[in-house]
Amino acid sequence: MKELIEDCPGKRALFLGNEAIARGALEAGLGVAASYPGTPASEILESLALVASEANLYTEWSVNEKVAMEVAAAASFAGIRSLAAMKQNGLHVGSDFLLHLALSGVRAGMVLVFAEDPGAHSSVNEADSRYFSKMLELPLFELSDVESAKEVIKLAFEISEAFKIPVLVRSVTRLSHASGVVELGPLPKPRRNAVFRHEGFILDPDLGAMISAPVPLKRMLLQEKLAGLKARFEEFPLNRYFGPDKPETLLVASSVAVLYAFEAIERLSAWDKAGLLALTTTYPLPEGLLKAHLKAPGRVFIVEEGVSFLEQSLKAFVAEHHGELGQKRFLGKDEGTLPGVGELNVDVVAEALAGALGLSYEPVPKAYASKAAEATLMHAPQRELAFCPGCPHRASFFSVAKALALDGRGGFVCGDIGCYTLAMLPAGFQVIKTLHAMGSGTGLGSGFGKLGRFGFDQRTLSVMGDSTFFHTGLPALINAVHNRSDLLLVILDNQGTAMTGFQPHPGLAFDAEGKGAMAVDIEGVCLAIGAKVFVADPFELQETERLLLGMMGEKGEGVRVLILKQPCALSPQRKGKGAYEVAVDEAVCLGEACGCNRFCTRVFRCPALFWDKNAKKARVDDVLCAGCGVCAQICPSGAIQKKELVWAA
Amino acid sequence: MGGIGLEKDPWNVILTGVGGQGNVFASRMLAKMLAAKGLWVTIGETFGATQRGGSVMSHVRVSVDRRLLSPQIPKGAADWVVALEPLEALRVLEGFGSPEVRMVLNDRPVYPMGVIAGEMDYPTQEALRADLDALSKEAFWLDLTGIAKALGSPALASTAILGAFVAKSGLSLTKEDAFLALKDSIPEKKLASNLEAFEAGRLAAGA
Repeated sequence: MKELIEDCPGKRALFLGNEAIARGALEAGLGVAASYPGTPASEILESLALVASEANLYTEWSVNEKVAMEVAAAASFAGIRSLAAMKQNGLHVGSDFLLHLALSGVRAGMVLVFAEDPGAHSSVNEADSRYFSKMLELPLFELSDVESAKEVIKLAFEISEAFKIPVLVRSVTRLSHASGVVELGPLPKPRRNAVFRHEGFILDPDLGAMISAPVPLKRMLLQEKLAGLKARFEEFPLNRYFGPDKPETLLVASSVAVLYAFEAIERLSAWDKAGLLALTTTYPLPEGLLKAHLKAPGRVFIVEEGVSFLEQSLKAFVAEHHGELGQKRFLGKDEGTLPGVGELNVDVVAEALAGALGLSYEPVPKAYASKAAEATLMHAPQRELAFCPGCPHRASFFSVAKALALDGRGGFVCGDIGCYTLAMLPAGFQVIKTLHAMGSGTGLGSGFGKLGRFGFDQRTLSVMGDSTFFHTGLPALINAVHNRSDLLLVILDNQGTAMTGFQPHPGLAFDAEGKGAMAVDIEGVCLAIGAKVFVADPFELQETERLLLGMMGEKGEGVRVLILKQPCALSPQRKGKGAYEVAVDEAVCLGEACGCNRFCTRVFRCPALFWDKNAKKARVDDVLCAGCGVCAQICPSGAIQKKELVWAA
Repeated sequence: MGGIGLEKDPWNVILTGVGGQGNVFASRMLAKMLAAKGLWVTIGETFGATQRGGSVMSHVRVSVDRRLLSPQIPKGAADWVVALEPLEALRVLEGFGSPEVRMVLNDRPVYPMGVIAGEMDYPTQEALRADLDALSKEAFWLDLTGIAKALGSPALASTAILGAFVAKSGLSLTKEDAFLALKDSIPEKKLASNLEAFEAGRLAAGA
């Protein structure tokens, strides 16, 4: 990504939203960036790490988001501008630190970007974390489009440094993963000298210790900063108004909803009736600006994704100033003009606005829409999510499902966050029965494993990936070991943070910038904690199943850990290098006469193994097959055959 | 419009296919070629879990001077659908098609898991053609995977389809534009075959 560090002011470049965020930070003189991978935030640190040596940065994939915030804050304390980036979950993970950072304050500009996922495209939650700003008394910016995102990030750094306060910046999937044209600004080449000053008076923001106490005094200082920010946001260039001077209806929007509201007004040709106030600074709110725009309209339509955050703030504001502003009618999420869940888009907003303005919105002729819906229903089978060909998780869960069935005591798996979350679906034989936050599977497993005194005798397994082990899995595991919980933990070690694009984690011998790093050995850690540890190759189905059944047979033996080691099929080290050439011997496959009822394609569900309807036999797609050889072990007739391949080193 | 043959402003194109076919790559390459001509371009897409064998879609929007465009195209507003997998074109039409939409399609199916497992049926090409003809103004079918395979790799279909789309939509973009868009984003050893695929796609579409 050469353009990310091109010092060519005025040039236009096509950037991913996350790259625009990274470029904004670079134009602001960034020195340190830390993150934990998570969709849709990963490309922020990924792109910065690629240019780290050329731009003289320190970048890291931290063990989790709380530590990422701490690493970034340390840089700020020492006078280096810093960025922490994460998906929405990360803000929740790190919120304890942030609670205290708000009080201690920062020194050099520190910006915390959290990229949320309305509609849960790549999440198992739909968090709107904007209330953290009010809870922690920290300023909040919401990015609306790729082009202005870069400018907002630059302003966020300036404001953070001027007010010595961390600034929260909210992105969303539709911005982070959208691309747009960005005009490059100058790239500074700051001379950096990191020093942490701590010898001064405790309340001295530049020379005192960075501590959240004395709490009442630090909170007073924090609230003074907020009052100053409120005034500063009156002039904030990216709080924008579009439309007539005195609209009947005012739309107030933030984040990408700004784009939806703008285009909805346009599609309805309603610029004569409606105006749009597009806010970037949604906490604290610029009160003068609000007053100026709220006076004329009788109706205020708040367009936002997530919870009713801006809407509640505006209602409170209008109530407080009702003498000046008069009676308003509010539309938004609270009374159902907009849906309470899921993503917005131009059509959802246009339909709602059309209803409010008494217009009609019919973007597609009705006859066309029903014809298209019918054709899709009749002819377009859904694409269910599946593990990739050669994925070790399919093999691991195949053995887990089989062992649970053979054990026959109603056992189940407490799931966790990663590709292996798909084991709640047929792709992974639906063995996952609980699914919450990172590391929670083993925390729950630890709890289930202590219910024996109440008659609980179901086998409890938890699973986690290698990156999750370090992120938050470890404290849960220690808890289970210490309390002698009757738990069986299966670590699915595929040697990388696979789901988000193979970012390294502490178990690997290289870092974010590709340099050598200390590899922390998962097996050694588990042994040191005092767990009983077994290691196996999940592609060896019989051995894995034997180990699982043995471990499940022991009772009251404390924590047993099975590490299933096999690199991800898409990992750079593995891709395109199968161990076997696999094929179905048509002379041996009995097809529908077999009695297995298409066991290989119906149950095992590898995309490379398909049922040939004409031949009525199974077949291997040699373009898709990754050559793991696992399916050769499951055919009751032995019709799937593998031949070992030899690769030059 | 824009000196390059935009039929409309904003001009809306949806590229679709199945995760792993190169949809994201193709949309980025198209957007880069257009941005290099001084146009404002946005791409809207999601990636992550959806890559695992799921349907994927990239929305490319182009304008001479318009900023503040939603990264997702509104209902019924797609001008073109470019499909690396033909069934995905049908899915796109349900949300974004109109009687005016035109399409360039790769005729090679990628079967959903349910079809692979023998539980569901993939439509016959005749049935799919009838649906798509009824729901579009024009639909151009090409064997782009075949062209790509002949050039050394089925993955080249994503570049070939761009060539075909450029020819059919009348954009004045050449192999030279493709070269400029690709040279910094793919390894040098893949450059020549991708440019060949772009050109082969153009020729197959009658350029």
